[in-house]
Amino acid sequence: MQTRAAPLTVAVASGKGGTGKTTVATSLAMVAAGTGRPVCFFDADVEAPNGHLFLEPEIAREGPVRLLVPEVDADRCNGCGRCAELCQYGAIIAVGRRAIVLADLCHGCGGCALVCPERAIRDRPRPIGTVVEGRADTLAFVSGRLDIGQALAPPVIRAARRRLPRNTTVIVDAPPGTSCPAVHAVRGADVVVLVTEPTPFGLHDLELAVDMVRLLEIPIGVVVNRADGDSADVERYCRDQALPVLASLPEDRRVAEACARARLTVEALPEYGPAYLELWQRIEELAA
Amino acid sequence: MKELVVVSGKGGTGKTSVVAALATQAGRLVLADCDVDAADLHLVLAPAVQQAHPFSGGKRARVLAETCTGCGTCEEVCRFDAVRRVAAGADGSQVAFAIDAVACEGCGVCVAFCPAGAIAFETVTNGEWYVSQTRCGPMVHACLGAGAENSGKLVTLVRQRARALAAEELIGLVLVDGPPGIGCPVIASLSGADAALIVAEPTAAGLHDFERIAALAAHFDVPAYLCANKWDLDPENAARLEGLAAERGLPCLGRVRYDHVFRRAQRQGRSVLEIGGDGAAEDLRTLWRNLEPLISASETALPVLGSTARA
Repeated sequence: MQTRAAPLTVAVASGKGGTGKTTVATSLAMVAAGTGRPVCFFDADVEAPNGHLFLEPEIAREGPVRLLVPEVDADRCNGCGRCAELCQYGAIIAVGRRAIVLADLCHGCGGCALVCPERAIRDRPRPIGTVVEGRADTLAFVSGRLDIGQALAPPVIRAARRRLPRNTTVIVDAPPGTSCPAVHAVRGADVVVLVTEPTPFGLHDLELAVDMVRLLEIPIGVVVNRADGDSADVERYCRDQALPVLASLPEDRRVAEACARARLTVEALPEYGPAYLELWQRIEELAA
Repeated sequence: MKELVVVSGKGGTGKTSVVAALATQAGRLVLADCDVDAADLHLVLAPAVQQAHPFSGGKRARVLAETCTGCGTCEEVCRFDAVRRVAAGADGSQVAFAIDAVACEGCGVCVAFCPAGAIAFETVTNGEWYVSQTRCGPMVHACLGAGAENSGKLVTLVRQRARALAAEELIGLVLVDGPPGIGCPVIASLSGADAALIVAEPTAAGLHDFERIAALAAHFDVPAYLCANKWDLDPENAARLEGLAAERGLPCLGRVRYDHVFRRAQRQGRSVLEIGGDGAAEDLRTLWRNLEPLISASETALPVLGSTARA
């Protein structure tokens, strides 16, 4: 089989949580790596990263993610309040003749430091998470992890993305949902695979996810996971929206039990190999 | 009045199904769906919307092409990779700039520093919130536009409105369907709540993410309880899960078995309790029986069985 000239970035996302993104993304990455091309698994679900449980990578490198958060030099601050006027997040406020930083609200935009006429504000790096890099056999592995108590996932996703190897096929395990963390995980992908389940919650959230990805103008393919013979509603929706269903994986308690032990589907149940290989091929076709 | 927030860490553990099951057993309560970017509770509770309000999550910058001089200051100051170079001029040979609306985080720095005043800073209405009636009681819920910022702000609004409604109508319980994860919308759902019910599943990922959400609840001093859902999928992991909870002083209030009734109920737009049966429905009745005395609207502090939860 010919290797595509330009390596693909495939984001595996969903609207609803628990539909099987990590389950699908990890097996897909293994199967793609099995075709001989260089592949990297990118765990962009930085709030609840699970890829490492399935892939058990050897970690080569771990580094902190830091957000640049302002620090006010009280001696230089004259309480003019221009920083507070600029800040859209209420993260720096003028109280009396001083500016006070509420670091937990800060998005790290740097505006207050730039606007301060007394040059009383400096940016200080504040750790908010970590990025790890490693390998699991033939697969490269990069994962972000948000520190508990920190609010902002996107800076950790961005920092992890900067560690991705070049000229490599990337399978991105995205977080659930449709707001800014999911958008940051999916941005820049060549194809988005939306994993759904044939239930009312699954379909409702799939529709939201499709709206989100369409804003980013990236081709979409759907994987119906845990299919139980009653997929008519989701199939009709996909037809109406001209969304290709790239795979339909059956409800299979053996898969659930393998996942419970963080076992890759394609290793615990090799009979799923062909289905995942076909999914990979259909993803390539969609991207072409 | 007590506010109980149902969270999970990992997505798909059954928060919304458990909330619906509790709602159909509890007496008077106010419901709040705080999973604002993928809200599903309305699919079971069929709310009749009585009030709808627009929500603005912030502003977006937009370059006014005709005024842009192509100086590139916006690109220099933007920390969110939201500025793109575009071709401009009659022959497309000049450089101008444009803001990627999806990447823009609405910080306003480019707006403040553009020397030509060529960047508009516009409030974006990117969501809606609702006050509705359901067969279980009043419900406050919302939807946030795709890719929107500031879901935390909308979550906070939904909670505040739900609590205000409960106070106005002398209702003793606010039950919140929380989002997955541990980031900004979850923090907004949890902080200041009276208690958290963590719905966890006995899988490697479920255990891993349980630890994270339990630590988050402790970080915000919110007493937490465990509901082990789909527990018989992997009894060994279920025991491990309860062990992790016990180490943190979190009582396990319910063990709900894996049961096809969850899917059947969802497809019928009903809660598991309304479908009934002897399986998971019975487990959910036990859950409520254990939970109710802990969140009854008394003036005393919540009694936490075992020791106080710690980080």
